[in-house]
Amino acid sequence: MAVSTKTDERAAEFTTLSGVPINRLYTREDLPPDFDFQRDVGQPGEAPYVRGIHATGYRGKLWTMRQFSGFATPEETNERYRYLLSQGQTGLSVAFDLPTLMGYDSDDAMSAGEVGKCGVAIDSVEDMERLFQGIRLEDVTTSMTINSPAAAIWAMFLVTAERQGADWKRISGTLQNDILKEYIAQKEYIFPPAPSMRLVVDTIEFGARETPRFNPVSISGYHIREAGSTALQELAFTLRDGMEYVEWTLRRGLAVDEFAPRLSFFFNAHSDFFEEIAKYRAARKIWNTVMTDRYGAKSARSKALRFHTQTAGVSLTAQQPYNNLTRVALQALAAVLGGTQSLHTNSLDEALALPTSEAVTLALRTQQIIAHETGVTNTVDPLGGSYFVEKLTLDMEAGAHDYFRRIDAMGGMVGAIEQGFPQREVADASYRYQQAFERGEKIMVGVNDFVAEEKPLPTLYIDETARELQTAKLNDLRRRRSSAAVKETLHALRTAAEGNTNTMPALLDCARASCTVGEISNTLRDVFGGYTETAIT
Amino acid sequence: MAETRRIRVLVAKPGLDGHDRGAKVVARGLRDAGMEVIYTGLRQTPEMIANAALQEDVDCIGLSILSGAHNAIVPDLLAEMRQRHMDDVLVVLGGIVPENDIAPLQKAGIAAVFPPGSRMGEIAEFIRTHVHARPALAP
Repeated sequence: MAVSTKTDERAAEFTTLSGVPINRLYTREDLPPDFDFQRDVGQPGEAPYVRGIHATGYRGKLWTMRQFSGFATPEETNERYRYLLSQGQTGLSVAFDLPTLMGYDSDDAMSAGEVGKCGVAIDSVEDMERLFQGIRLEDVTTSMTINSPAAAIWAMFLVTAERQGADWKRISGTLQNDILKEYIAQKEYIFPPAPSMRLVVDTIEFGARETPRFNPVSISGYHIREAGSTALQELAFTLRDGMEYVEWTLRRGLAVDEFAPRLSFFFNAHSDFFEEIAKYRAARKIWNTVMTDRYGAKSARSKALRFHTQTAGVSLTAQQPYNNLTRVALQALAAVLGGTQSLHTNSLDEALALPTSEAVTLALRTQQIIAHETGVTNTVDPLGGSYFVEKLTLDMEAGAHDYFRRIDAMGGMVGAIEQGFPQREVADASYRYQQAFERGEKIMVGVNDFVAEEKPLPTLYIDETARELQTAKLNDLRRRRSSAAVKETLHALRTAAEGNTNTMPALLDCARASCTVGEISNTLRDVFGGYTETAIT
Repeated sequence: MAETRRIRVLVAKPGLDGHDRGAKVVARGLRDAGMEVIYTGLRQTPEMIANAALQEDVDCIGLSILSGAHNAIVPDLLAEMRQRHMDDVLVVLGGIVPENDIAPLQKAGIAAVFPPGSRMGEIAEFIRTHVHARPALAP
């Protein structure tokens, strides 16, 4: 009998990128005896949504091709947006610089060296108007990656739309506004968890009433994964974050079906192809289960998980950067086979700098090639029914519910964060990967194997002029605007923050009066206080 | 047996950026390599870093900067260190640094720049061989 043994194999154990052991072969025997395809997987467009949220998959509508972009001044970023739209991009995604993310004006001492470096600098509603100059916000969907100051930035965006004559009921887009993953991974928090959660609920409540087509939160696993988590941790912590927002909003007094349809998600597309696809399929199934069983949602729209995907920045290498094109293409393919609603593909030069226009174009073309040349969009969930993929999906689901039980026992995600639980889990996973990489068990092509000499790549260089230009505009703005209106609206904001009314109307008035991001954030800092974490290493 | 003193390293994360995966992995890796490591946590100003380094009497400062703010932060830190007469402290930098910025940073006083993909062994070895000789330094 030609039975091969373990010794025929290249390694004693085969594991996913996250370290999960993988069998040589998967058969019906790997699925539970009572596995029922109709019940456990079902049909696309139907609960439990494992196979996707649309019956037609990408035959109806392709995913939105949305490149995350922003650098230097609003004027320069506006040019990049117009270019990307002219090249067939179908949605916008704003990257803000670190001072904006942390609620500082460009001329603040804390902003030295950081203005316009990792994104676009926005100081006031006037910058927001410059950012979207010539782009009608009613005609394009806009995603904004902003968290701690999200409510204030959204107010500036809504006032910009108002000044363009747009109807708030018709504009659509997404605010990232996911503060929980900031404490877990990305670390761009300003205030302590409780007042931060209150601001998030303010935006969810305001959105449910005023902007029915806008997603007020994009619950994000992307950054958790980039911080070094496993695929399962990304999945579990992100969905548990989503549950935390649901619970806090229910406590505000909203009914679940009033706001849950507008909660959206954001996942990473890392390099382990099938593990990623299983993660997306499991995410939809779990969300359907918890929304139905735990929160009593009735609307199908509350239960169907929609998500954006970005390919894994952390997988990009500075060494042999052209290899990144291949990595991104494969990661993007996993996202598409997992049924993503929108996608950002990283550019090949992003381990070195913010991308050049040429590199971004190539990244966008990668999506267009997947959409229009590979044929993978012709049928829905082509991997459904694969023993391997279904088994991975079931294991992801069980693992996530396990994490939920542990986090529930800590009093929910805010409690778990205060105890440092997700932070520690991620730090441990990140170190385990680093050790596997150092031992050569995990290979990064061009870094710890297949190393070669190479020529440097031309990259985008952002100098200090953005800070000078933004500072000049701020000085001009402070001279022109009514200081009485600034004082009055900031005072009203303080009163709203100190009390328990929704802060959004006051923030909109601050935006209209041209209060700056720094002035608004400092007012809220005064009321809520700051936050410093206990660093876990 | 002579008194031995382990190499002491301050891993510091200056600027507004919160991407601390690299800083934390390096802190843990240097600890596993037998060094004593103090991690500052996030958003440290050059002044705070220099003070912490002096107080902790470290042999090396390892900066982690991914945001492009190195040209503003590094000269300030080196000036703060000079004021405190900390010429014997080795300063290394890890993160995303454009090729053209590396030579000027080295000229200013950064002993080495470790780009993404650097290995722990390489970083630890560099620190071990370049910390300024102090009495009975080990391992």
